[in-house]
Amino acid sequence: MSESSGNRKTQFYDYHLAAGGKMVPFAGYLMPVQYPLGIMQEHLHTRDHAGLFDVSHMGQVLVRGPNAAAELEKLMPVDVEALAINQQSYATFTSGDGGILDDLIITRWAQDTFFLVVNAGCKEQDVAHLKTHLLDCEINYLDQQSLIALQGLRAVEIITELAPETVALVFMQGCHTQIGDIECYVTRSGYTGEDGFEISVSDDHALALADELLAYDYCQWIGLGARDSLRLEAGLCLYGHDMDEHTSPVEASISWSISKSRRSDGEKAGGFLGADTILGHLANGATKKRVGFLVEGRAPVREGAEIADQQGNLVGVITSGGFGPSLQAPVAMGYVPVGLSAVGTQLTALVRGKPRSITVAKMPLVPQRYYRG
Amino acid sequence: MGHVIYTKDHEWLRIEDNLVTIGVTEFAQEQLGDVVFIELPEVGSELMAGDEAAVIESVKAAGEIAVPIDGVVTMVNETLVDQPDLLNSAPETEGWIFQLTPSEMPDIADFMDAEQYQQYIQDGE
Repeated sequence: MSESSGNRKTQFYDYHLAAGGKMVPFAGYLMPVQYPLGIMQEHLHTRDHAGLFDVSHMGQVLVRGPNAAAELEKLMPVDVEALAINQQSYATFTSGDGGILDDLIITRWAQDTFFLVVNAGCKEQDVAHLKTHLLDCEINYLDQQSLIALQGLRAVEIITELAPETVALVFMQGCHTQIGDIECYVTRSGYTGEDGFEISVSDDHALALADELLAYDYCQWIGLGARDSLRLEAGLCLYGHDMDEHTSPVEASISWSISKSRRSDGEKAGGFLGADTILGHLANGATKKRVGFLVEGRAPVREGAEIADQQGNLVGVITSGGFGPSLQAPVAMGYVPVGLSAVGTQLTALVRGKPRSITVAKMPLVPQRYYRG
Repeated sequence: MGHVIYTKDHEWLRIEDNLVTIGVTEFAQEQLGDVVFIELPEVGSELMAGDEAAVIESVKAAGEIAVPIDGVVTMVNETLVDQPDLLNSAPETEGWIFQLTPSEMPDIADFMDAEQYQQYIQDGE
């Protein structure tokens, strides 16, 4: 396979090749979509053991300034000021129209310092957005920093042995620590629905860190293919597919990410881009909504498939779909009118012109197993 | 065993008497990844070369199998309905997909033999 010109490589590129990774262009990087184990086994291995994901293509950004918390609150419907040091939150950068420019994880490193992890495909745009709106903050894109995720039932055994102080972390908390002699920032988070950790490490020490983790025989590299099926079963959105600048957080069914204090009846109501639209959707309901689907039979229903109601009217579209290895059945998510969004609603998805029965299902389709203490 | 020929789309055709059995190659199954569902053609359907005869769904993506010759479908591998992973474990034997009575026997010169096909894969298409 020829190397696509212009695609960047992460620090782990040679490790992926050595592990048999099949490299594909993704968001401007050559990333492993799968290894010889295959997506199905990689997915199951992650849930039951420990999967190591290279997510260094994602953007890591530091925002620093005396009023950083208040400034960041202009861009996201989150109570940033309420974050304790080393606590993190899922967030969205909203647009003036109430759409979603990107989704991210924000972690408070210090009173005046926040660490943001944003999507690879949006990172340049996100940095520009921060620089445009946060004139009094220093915006520092960490381009010498790698990011890996260790996910699954046994991830905790590895991390707490290598960095004992991480044992105190619960879901969505982080700490600066050392693994071996390597300085890193570890958070108890991830995007697989499993307990797990994300580790930010300088590029110089990235390979040494991977060596420490891969020394455990039950720790395996896992590709983007399984990352997608894991997050799909866990009911988690993929930016650019399950939400984008044309969907509000309410429509995307992530209203839980809007802090109480930023809602209409909160003490810091509104004050973020698109607040009128988004708080309007919260108060009056939106017209469409993201829901999960179970699919009859074994044929996957994939992104782009149209959704029809019982009368055959086209009512929506599938935004993510595939086969769920843990569920051993196809799983999908998509948008439907609110009136057709109740759990149990029977609809059909058109796959190559043929109707397939789908049922609105409660997400996550596979229970999340985050460690909440 | 019959005579086996290969297409550039990584299908194999086994010619026995006046029947042609069609499946995908080992190389194709590796590219597809874990197969989870196969949409088979209907027995009795008349297909023209280039028609979509079957769809193979893997965890990752859907792949279409175009029929390389004209003919009528005489048999499909129903085992694949319950065991689609046969396509991964035995693509060139038990994982055959369908059998055709061709309108006319394929001209071997239009296809590759095993050696030519191996060369074709090595050359990277």
